[in-house]
Amino acid sequence: MEKTVNQKAWFLVLPVLLLVAFSAVIPLMTVVNYSVQDTFGNNQFFWAGLEWFEEMLRSERMWDALGRQLMFSGIILAIEIPLGIFVALNMPKSGFWSSFCLVLMSLPLLIPWNVVGTIWQIFGRVDIGLLGYTLDALGINYNYTQDILAAWVTIIVMDVWHWTSLVALLAFAGLKSIPDAYYQAAKIDQASRWKVFRFIELPKMMGVLMIAILLRFMDSFMIYTEPFVVTGGGPGNATTLLSIDLVKMALGQFDLGPAAAFSIMYFLVILLISWVFYTVMTNLDKREG
Amino acid sequence: MADMTVNQTASRGLSLPKINSRAVVMTLYLLFLLLPIYWLLNMSLKTNTEILNEFTLWPRDLTFANYATILTDPAWYMGYVNSLIYVSLNTVISLAVALPAAYAFSRYHFMGDKHLFFWLLTNRMAPPAVFALPFFQLYSSVGLFDTHIAVALAHCLFNVPLAVWILEGFMRGVPKEIDETAYIDGYSFGAFFVKIFTPLIASGIGVAAFFCFMFSWVELLLSRTLTTVDAKPIAAIMTRTQGASGIDWGVLAAAGILTIVPGALVIYFVRNYIAKGFALGRV
Amino acid sequence: MDWMAWTWPTAIFFAVIATLLITFTVLAIKFPETPRTGILRIETTRGDRLFITLLGSAFINLAWLGIVGAHQPYALIVCLAYAVTVFRWV
Repeated sequence: MEKTVNQKAWFLVLPVLLLVAFSAVIPLMTVVNYSVQDTFGNNQFFWAGLEWFEEMLRSERMWDALGRQLMFSGIILAIEIPLGIFVALNMPKSGFWSSFCLVLMSLPLLIPWNVVGTIWQIFGRVDIGLLGYTLDALGINYNYTQDILAAWVTIIVMDVWHWTSLVALLAFAGLKSIPDAYYQAAKIDQASRWKVFRFIELPKMMGVLMIAILLRFMDSFMIYTEPFVVTGGGPGNATTLLSIDLVKMALGQFDLGPAAAFSIMYFLVILLISWVFYTVMTNLDKREG
Repeated sequence: MADMTVNQTASRGLSLPKINSRAVVMTLYLLFLLLPIYWLLNMSLKTNTEILNEFTLWPRDLTFANYATILTDPAWYMGYVNSLIYVSLNTVISLAVALPAAYAFSRYHFMGDKHLFFWLLTNRMAPPAVFALPFFQLYSSVGLFDTHIAVALAHCLFNVPLAVWILEGFMRGVPKEIDETAYIDGYSFGAFFVKIFTPLIASGIGVAAFFCFMFSWVELLLSRTLTTVDAKPIAAIMTRTQGASGIDWGVLAAAGILTIVPGALVIYFVRNYIAKGFALGRV
Repeated sequence: MDWMAWTWPTAIFFAVIATLLITFTVLAIKFPETPRTGILRIETTRGDRLFITLLGSAFINLAWLGIVGAHQPYALIVCLAYAVTVFRWV
């Protein structure tokens, strides 16, 4: 759509600008201020320079949390994206069953995040949870509060359970936009199922898939509530992801300086990924006209 | 034409086993999704003795006592009331400021529009963990700590951008000629927006409202940090079911089921837009 | 405002950023921007390049702090070189 140049449109945007400035800019400025100072409570601040940044950059704690975070995001992407596509390909295209699947699949997406945690906390317990009990009965040693591997498996399966539907729904939306004529043509050419997927469905899904990948990456990168409820970051620090560590530091120990320095670096990474996301999106919009 | 019918019947004959495999995949996937939820429901209908002492796949001793506990104890049900208050406040504020802004983004070019749009996106992507501490300080200093409006405003951080993006996506689908005709017919901007434009994007507004409601409803970190007693959300109350005699599993499960209900009730109405909503209006 | 714990360096930092934004806005009014495609193969305007510069500079400073750990002001020279590169070729 052709847009007209109209500087007065600024007035329509002004309320959003003010509101978001209040709830985003002021806090961010505060974080920057805290990051260069030391405090002993009582709102007494002392200049600390770049000390906290240096400390954070050299602290193994942060790098370990970042490593775990990247591992977590990597694993869930590697599972959720293919699985989501696979589910989308198998969804009924229209009619009652299509709606039926859509509604049931959306269900996990709408559950409060701490309830998602609670559900899996219960589900995985050896004494009262179906999953834990069954695994135990099968003779598999599974205890997510003590065993690191079990803890990781639990939070990953939980995330797959929670968010694969999102990937599937997006992929399904992409699939639905493919005109029937394409399939007809493929049928005439007697293309194999794989070829139909590779040369018709995948290219048409690419746009939404990019959105899905970036969204999942972003959201998993700042995940807090679900793993916190299930494992509390343990056993030890085995499932302490970035946000969990940050909250521990900021609200648990009230270390304003280090937490602020940590926050800034965290936010810079987010800013970078957001920019990639935005660039991809605007290029997609342009291609579609 | 004849060719096509032949083709179709042929394909139907051939793809019969395929339909079955599709159904199997979907059944398995849905089973995987629903089993944990079923388990929660199952537990919420049992007594604690049954939960802890027997392992039963369905409640032998069906009881609604857990739900009764929640619905009669103010310490519990006020959590739902608090959540509903700030979630509704947030939805109203978000939509009120997002509607004109989304219109501006969808119709006009203006200085810095793309940068502004991007900046909004970064706020949707910002980790709540980064904002928890400064929000705590900010709302304490202006005397709004532990009020519903504080949580509602804090959630605007990610809901306003979300609403702007979703609404912009819907508004782009409305042809611009409609605006121009209305202006020629002598409508003022306000009258046009309320009387003509809003009904046209009613579904978009509904979807945006749903998503604002949902993201505010599911969020825990900020709402927990900003409240202590008066505005404490249900999600935060749930994290403290640990009593002297251990965790009250039955009540915990019932509370969980009750938080799923609002989403489950309206999901049917947005089923066709849910992908669009999650993708920030970009599908 | 007490709780925000302002200091002079951070105030100057934000003032510089604000000045940059205002300068670029004025520039955009006086000399309207024309997007071009650079080595990243994406269309960028002057404002986009400013953003890429600022974000990149933040990472350069962090890298300098983490790897070199001293003489922080020298990192700004690297940033300047980076800025020139971005405005010339991106």
